[in-house]
Amino acid sequence: MEEAAPPPEPEIAPAPEPRVIYRHRLATRLWHWINAITIFMMIGSGIGILQAHPRFYWGQYGANPDRPWFQMAWLPGWLNQLLDLMTIPSGYNLAISRRWHLTFALLLGFGLLGFMIASLINRHFQRDLRVRAKEVAPQHLAADAIAHARFDFHNHDDPAAYNTLQKLSYVATIFVLIPVMVLTGLAMSPAMDAAWPWLIDIFGGRQSARSIHFIAMVLLVGFIIVHLTLVILAGPVGEVMSMITGRWRVPNIPAPAEPEPEATE
Amino acid sequence: MTLITRRGLVGLGATGAGLLLSGCDKLAAQPGFRKILFSGDKINLGLQRALSDRGALAPEFRIDQMSPNFRTNGTRNPNTPDYNNHVATRFANWRVQVGGLVDRPLALSIADLGAMPQRAQITRHDCVEGWSAIGKWQGPMLGNVIKAAGVRSTARYIVFTCADLYNNAPYYESIDMVDAFHPQTILAWAMNDQRLSVGHGAPVRLRIERQLGYKHAKYVMKVDAVASLDGIGGGQGGYWEDAIGYDWYAGI
Repeated sequence: MEEAAPPPEPEIAPAPEPRVIYRHRLATRLWHWINAITIFMMIGSGIGILQAHPRFYWGQYGANPDRPWFQMAWLPGWLNQLLDLMTIPSGYNLAISRRWHLTFALLLGFGLLGFMIASLINRHFQRDLRVRAKEVAPQHLAADAIAHARFDFHNHDDPAAYNTLQKLSYVATIFVLIPVMVLTGLAMSPAMDAAWPWLIDIFGGRQSARSIHFIAMVLLVGFIIVHLTLVILAGPVGEVMSMITGRWRVPNIPAPAEPEPEATE
Repeated sequence: MTLITRRGLVGLGATGAGLLLSGCDKLAAQPGFRKILFSGDKINLGLQRALSDRGALAPEFRIDQMSPNFRTNGTRNPNTPDYNNHVATRFANWRVQVGGLVDRPLALSIADLGAMPQRAQITRHDCVEGWSAIGKWQGPMLGNVIKAAGVRSTARYIVFTCADLYNNAPYYESIDMVDAFHPQTILAWAMNDQRLSVGHGAPVRLRIERQLGYKHAKYVMKVDAVASLDGIGGGQGGYWEDAIGYDWYAGI
C-alpha cells in the first residue's frame, strides 16, 4: 500500500480571472452520464416490475398467503399515481419492463466495474474519495454540516476537493449502494443462486434480497434528489459543464491557484 | 448563458425526464433498438453459463423451511372436456408422450413415472412476478426419461406441450439440453408428498429449478426433442415468450 499522499501542493500563480481547474477525469465523466441514463432506466423499469407483486417479505420465501413487512398499497394514493407515471414502459408490461431492466443491468454492473478499475488506475479514488479519520471526527462533520447549511460547499484552501459530507455520500453510493443493488439483483436470479449459493446467504434469502434491493433503490433515489438539489444550489451551469468538459470554473472565493491537472489526461 | 436560471434548469430537467420516459416506448417499438433491448436475454444466458458450473444445484431446503401455503398461478384448472375426463378417472389414462428426435418414442403413465428412479427435492419456486414459495417435489429426472427414449445427439431443445389452452392453443415451454440433463430437472407428479393437485399442474409438471416459474410447464402431455424452436408456436420457445415477449432464458 502506498503512503496517503497529501493533496498536491497548490502552486502560487498570478491568479487569472476567472480561475478554471481540471476537475473531472474522462472516466468519471463517461461513467457519470452512462450511469445517469442507466439508473433512470433501471428505476423506471424496476417500478414496472415491482407492480407485478408490490409486496415485500423477509426470508427465503414470501408470496400472497404470507405476511409482508411492507406493501405499496400502504403508500398514499398520490405517490402510487406518481410512480405509475414513472414506469418503463408507460403502461404495465412485466415482460418489457424486465427486458429494459435486465439489459440495462449489464450496463450498471459492468459500468461500475469499469469505473472502479479506471478510478484506481487514475487515482481518483485514492486522491479524491479517500476518507481520512480526521474528516469523520464529530467536530469536523458538525462544521461541514454547518457549512452546508450556509450553502458554503467549497473548501477554500482546495476548491477542487470534495467536502466531507459530499465525499461520504459518493463513497456510500459507489461502494455500498450500487454494489448492493447489483448483488441483491443477482441474488434474485435462480440460476445465480445455484452458481453462487453464498449470494443468497449474505442477504438471508431471496425475498430478503428483494426487500434490500427495494430499500437500496429508495436510498439511491434519496441520493439523486440531494445530488441534483446541491448541483442546483452550487451553480448548475458550471457544475453540469464541468461534468461534460471536465473543466470547472472556481466560484469567486479567495483561494490560491489551481492544483496540477492530471498528466494522463 | 445568463438566460439559464435555476428554475429554468429544473423545468428543463423535468421536461427532459418526461421526454426520456415517453421516448422509451418509442425506442422500444423500433426494431433496431428492440433487438438491442431483447439481446439481454442471450447475453445473460451466456454470462450465467460462463460463470457457473453446469451441474450447480439450486439451493435445497429443510422441511421446516417450506412455505405453509404454496399459492398457485397461471392456469389453475385447464377445464377442457378432455382434461375433466382425466380428473374424473384420476389420470389413470394419462400418457406423457415422449417423442421427436428420439429412437424409441414412449407413452408413460403416471405409474410408469413413479416406477422410475425418483428424485425428491425441497426447492424454492420463483415467480417472474417476484414472489417465492418453497415446496417439495418428486419425480423421475427428465434426463433419465429422455435417455430411456433414446434421445438423439441432434436434439438441442426439449419442448413441453400442455393440456391448458390459451386462445385454443396449448401452453408450451422449452429448455435446452444443459437444463434438460440437470439433476434437479424432474417430471414431478408429487408435491409435498401428495399427488400433484389440479392447481399445481396435475398429473405431471416440469421442475426446472434454476429458472423462473413460467418455465415449469404444468399439465404436461408431450415431451419432444427438437433441433430448433422455429415453427413451434410463434417460434420464441414458449407461450409467454410468443405472446408478450418474456425472455426465453428465465434464469434471471
